[in-house]
Amino acid sequence: MKKINKNSLNGFVNYGIIIAAFIVLQILIGKGVLSNSLQSLLVPACCYIVMAVSLNLTVGILGELSLGHGGFMSLGAFSGIVASILLQDLIPMAPVRLAVSMVVGALAGALGGVIVGVPVLRLQGDYLAIVTLAFGQIIKNIIMVLYVGVDETGIHVAASSDRFVLAPGGTAIIKGPMGAVGVAKLASFTAGAILILITLLVVQNLVNSRSGRAIMALRDNRIAAESVGINVTKYKLMAFVTSAALAGAAGALFGLNYSSTVASKFDFNTSILVLVFVVLGGLGSIRGSIIAAALLYVLPELLRKFDIAEYRMLIYAIVLILVMLATNNDQLKSMLGRIIPKRKGAVSNG
Amino acid sequence: MAEKKQFPKGKMVPVPSHSIIPERDLGTSPILECSHLGIDFGGLTAVNEFNITVGRTEIAGLIGPNGAGKTTVFNLLTKVYQPTRGTILLDGLDTHGKTPAQINRMGIARTFQNIRLFSNLSVEDNVKIGLHNQEKYSMLSGILRLPKYWRQEKAAHERALELLSIFDMQDMADHQAGSLPYGAQRRLEIVRALATGPSLLLLDEPAAGMNPSETAELMENIVKIRDTFKIAIMLIEHDMSLVMGICEGICVLNFGQIIAKGTAEQIQSDPTVIEAYLGKQQ
Repeated sequence: MKKINKNSLNGFVNYGIIIAAFIVLQILIGKGVLSNSLQSLLVPACCYIVMAVSLNLTVGILGELSLGHGGFMSLGAFSGIVASILLQDLIPMAPVRLAVSMVVGALAGALGGVIVGVPVLRLQGDYLAIVTLAFGQIIKNIIMVLYVGVDETGIHVAASSDRFVLAPGGTAIIKGPMGAVGVAKLASFTAGAILILITLLVVQNLVNSRSGRAIMALRDNRIAAESVGINVTKYKLMAFVTSAALAGAAGALFGLNYSSTVASKFDFNTSILVLVFVVLGGLGSIRGSIIAAALLYVLPELLRKFDIAEYRMLIYAIVLILVMLATNNDQLKSMLGRIIPKRKGAVSNG
Repeated sequence: MAEKKQFPKGKMVPVPSHSIIPERDLGTSPILECSHLGIDFGGLTAVNEFNITVGRTEIAGLIGPNGAGKTTVFNLLTKVYQPTRGTILLDGLDTHGKTPAQINRMGIARTFQNIRLFSNLSVEDNVKIGLHNQEKYSMLSGILRLPKYWRQEKAAHERALELLSIFDMQDMADHQAGSLPYGAQRRLEIVRALATGPSLLLLDEPAAGMNPSETAELMENIVKIRDTFKIAIMLIEHDMSLVMGICEGICVLNFGQIIAKGTAEQIQSDPTVIEAYLGKQQ
């Protein structure tokens, strides 16, 4: 029989990893060891870690395949950008404005999650994946033609450039295919680290609560979960919307890290990239998602620095394949199991 | 509860008077009354004219040859299938149009013929999921770990261990449910069902795969559960020693029809039952 190592220590280790990494990186930045190009990777890496952890809630813990996570990120990014520009005069303090924008992004993501989730969570497996994939594309295409601006008469929203007329002195925030331009870069590495910690708090505490157990019960056996009185739609929606809200917050941080952002940045490839982080990190393993997202996001950029720059995507692919082979190799697993006896999922059941 | 008795027009019929209820339950209303219950799958009538009454603290048996429709009856009672005909009254309330989850909250808990545990979770978590509707804190107090969370989680932990101790399983609380031996998995399913606080417990082949001594122990435990929780238990079983040993009323099903009802002695001497199991004498 297999014992489950279920102390909450695991969760605290994750907070510890993030805080330690944050401190080490801050020291490295202070000493000037990190190059500018590497420093510029920190905030997006934080965003992708949050994306991976939140997608893990849908894919690993709820057990439903979602291919539209980039869509929620996109919703969060653009609503966060709009909020940050609208609130420019109202809240002059940049960190507060960033926090408010991230909350707006999270709300937008959650709203998207509800809109997709209510009709779609009745579907299962492949069908759910197909609809979420379509959702991601729809969001991208809508934002591609969306014009949003503000002038003294209020906010203007239009679906084509002809109808988008601003009074003189007005600011265009989103300009259709050109995306959002002239964004004040509010994002910081500290904000990213805090967002990761909040994400961990939400996901880990959710999993270890009554609601989280209901969500995992749905994953393990839906019929049995119903038979013990668990409301299927409610808990599926809870996991899906929480996941979407966190993706929205990550999107807002991501959008506010660049002076311009286009909708095509959050396409199908982004959703798949995050899914790759989740799968390689291990379904249901929060720590795995953090590590996989951090390494796999930074790796291709690091490879850029070497002479082998042309081959970097090739190396990236080879690393992915090797990791997959290694994690599915029974001998390697049992070897790891002997080194770390309490490792979850190690060694076949005794 | 604001729920009123709802009787769909033209479906209500008097409960057949020949149903056997243990004498001690005669003074109280029955926990379960099925009348004219039936379901068709396309052109196939899987269950038809299923009439049964189960007393408040009765242990009832449902037997019959393979494919007779026993599990289908359980699936009808728990609304995994919606019945084509007939009514099910649980504690006098019509269960028409309810979902399986609502049925559980109304008071029916069940186990499954092919074990359905939450196999990646720990034994304790499986029981805690059964306690789901007795814990009342919201998602937010769970995430923020408010005092309500700690209080109720502590209570749930203690209650889970207490329930596990029925089958002496409290030492296995940290084990992964899927890695338990077969018999323990079956017992865990019963504990999980009990955790939901049912007034009627449906056991689908609880002794399947158990050896004679394990079966004997299970029989004792089923009676013990009935006595401690004061609930009705209805079970499907092929092990005749168990059925004849503890069931007060037995109902025999063949080809979706009830062919006999009665006590163990009545069933054993019933010629139609013998024919259904052994075939006609040439």
